[in-house]
Amino acid sequence: MSSTHETDVVRGIRSDYKYGFSNPDDAKDYFFKSGRGISHEVVEAISEHKGEPEWMRQFRHKSLDYFLARPMPSWGADLSGIDFENIYYYIRPTEKQADSWEDLPPDIKDTWDKLGIPEAEKKYLAGVGAQYESEVVYHKLQADLEAKGVLFLDMDSGLREHEDIVKQYMGTIIPQNDNKFAALNSAVWSGGSFIYVPPGVRVEMPLQAYFRINAENMGQFERTLIIVDEDAYVHYVEGCTAPIYSSDSLHSAVVEIVVKPRGRCRYTTIQNWSNNVYNLVTKRAVAYEDATMEWVDGNLGSKVTMKYPAIWLMGERAHGEVLSIAFGGKGQHQDAGGKVVHVAPRTSSVITSKSISKDGGRAGYRGLLQVAKGAVGSKSKVVCDALILDEESRSDTYPYIQVDESDVELGHEATVSKIGEEQLFYLMSRGLSEAEASAMIVSGFVEPITKELPLEYAVEMNRLIQLQMEGSVG
Amino acid sequence: MAQLEIRNLHVALEDGTEIVKGVDLKVDLGQKHAVMGPNGSGKSTLAYALMGHPAYVVTDGQILLDGEDIAELGADERAQRGLFLAFQYPHAIPGVTVTSFLRSAINANRKAASGGEDDPVPIPEFRTNLLAAMEELKVPRELASRYLNDGFSGGEKKRVEILQMAMLKPKIAVLDETDSGLDIDALRIVANGVNKLVGPETGALVITHYQRILDYVTPDFVHVFVDGRIVAEGGPELAHKLEAEGYEAFGSNGNGRGPS
Repeated sequence: MSSTHETDVVRGIRSDYKYGFSNPDDAKDYFFKSGRGISHEVVEAISEHKGEPEWMRQFRHKSLDYFLARPMPSWGADLSGIDFENIYYYIRPTEKQADSWEDLPPDIKDTWDKLGIPEAEKKYLAGVGAQYESEVVYHKLQADLEAKGVLFLDMDSGLREHEDIVKQYMGTIIPQNDNKFAALNSAVWSGGSFIYVPPGVRVEMPLQAYFRINAENMGQFERTLIIVDEDAYVHYVEGCTAPIYSSDSLHSAVVEIVVKPRGRCRYTTIQNWSNNVYNLVTKRAVAYEDATMEWVDGNLGSKVTMKYPAIWLMGERAHGEVLSIAFGGKGQHQDAGGKVVHVAPRTSSVITSKSISKDGGRAGYRGLLQVAKGAVGSKSKVVCDALILDEESRSDTYPYIQVDESDVELGHEATVSKIGEEQLFYLMSRGLSEAEASAMIVSGFVEPITKELPLEYAVEMNRLIQLQMEGSVG
Repeated sequence: MAQLEIRNLHVALEDGTEIVKGVDLKVDLGQKHAVMGPNGSGKSTLAYALMGHPAYVVTDGQILLDGEDIAELGADERAQRGLFLAFQYPHAIPGVTVTSFLRSAINANRKAASGGEDDPVPIPEFRTNLLAAMEELKVPRELASRYLNDGFSGGEKKRVEILQMAMLKPKIAVLDETDSGLDIDALRIVANGVNKLVGPETGALVITHYQRILDYVTPDFVHVFVDGRIVAEGGPELAHKLEAEGYEAFGSNGNGRGPS
């Protein structure tokens, strides 16, 4: 379990991807590392290593059977480059989880310092979880929230300390056989967040999880479960980065969320994987009476992303929103979007998608809006805007709509635009370079979504867009 | 040497059609020049070519700014050297507020001035300057937080063009038909902005079809522009002659005497 060579060589680092650094020294110090490839033995070893209850062990094995039995999806992005036999499914970097940054091994701490996470925690976060490879290595929640009964743990601790809740919900929102990658996650999951917000508790500052892949050919399979009880509120934010290697890594998460009556959950993702990561994530939430679920999903990095955050509106007047930004640059394919299913009467939803493609990249919207029979008086609006920055790039829109109820109000708008020469000239005549001018137009294009973000994340999102725009224009 | 010196400038469209056919013009700091010409005479092409619009090709001649030939430079580099164009039809940039745009533009110019090092304007300084300029130019406060030119009326667009000019403090400001579509109050405000700006550090070239704006911006020099050439030059009295006699007197075949 030593092979350091694959992490020693870091080739092809994009100069504009500032998270492309890696810590090659880590690899030999890993506390536990599975071999390459997937099998029942690997699943067994993970479960054994974690000391899990029998039902979870069986859940994993059953899930692996589903994974092995299912064909690869034949739609969406090209996944033929994934070599399941070449991936490490489980790497545990440290023996223990830390609750102070100082307690982390220096090289891992250094990684988080470079990413600015400890600084962010001090300034504007109510809690932080930091996952490195397969395990959450750092975890901290503000004491007052802990006192109010808020649970914010890594998923493995959640399973150990609150097995009843995990057992009650895990795999109920996203069944283990939901799709091939959800099945894979269910078989080899490790890390992720477990959150429970008790009735009436409002967590005013965001909880943030940060996911870092450091090893080459790493598969990261975090599993997140969020329960927002009645009248409660939480905003959960996740960010992610990885070094750039010449061969690919796989990130395949499953996120399940339950929002109980009158509760509200907002889940914000700023996905900034390096361009060698396959990002295949299943996210789904259910919202009960008068509850609100909001997905804010920014996809800027990765080689391939297939992700369609979903909301099932199960209770009357539940409201769902999906705000999606997809930026497909050179060699990237962002197959993003959202799904909303109106099950109960008088539910409402809004899906807003902004996709940008450049330098031969692809970014698009794939969405499903479904209204079940009986969801009378429901309303939904879908807006998909695409901005294509050059002739080589591509945008696709697949807005599936399936309505089995006549008493509904639906709206759908789609636009495709290009950056006009006149717009560019106008901005450049004020002293902005072509790249700055293009970045400004793109930032303006996604502004309806960035304005929904807390300031720090809006700044981060704009900065990432600028990085994406630099270097290749003009 | 004058701040802006145009020598034998020829400008063609990408298909080779020549629009500007040999123009010589000097604008110095502290001076107000008017270029007056009928529709279709090539005035706007001259303005765009000075600023470096890629669709207009300089086929001969020079554009010297402070002695440096800028004819090969991009619009951004010309702007960074102190050239400004107030557009006849400013473009909308949805999602970008006037304030954020102005700050970015100022910072881009400051960065260029400090040799490529970031040197952002301190926010309090920027705010103070912006509020003062808006007050001066009677630009309503709420425009600052609206998206640049997005849904603006014609008058609002022109005012914001002048606001940009006041904030960027160019050495040479070219105003392309900035007076078109303005009511008399707006025209006064725009003219007032030009008058305020022109001084020891700035000169202006006002391109117009009508005499109207020249009632408020008294030019030091008037150049009559017909069919891609300057056909007459003189002092402010020339504008009045033009007003009385029309462009036909200067060889235009008649598509252009404006109402006034």
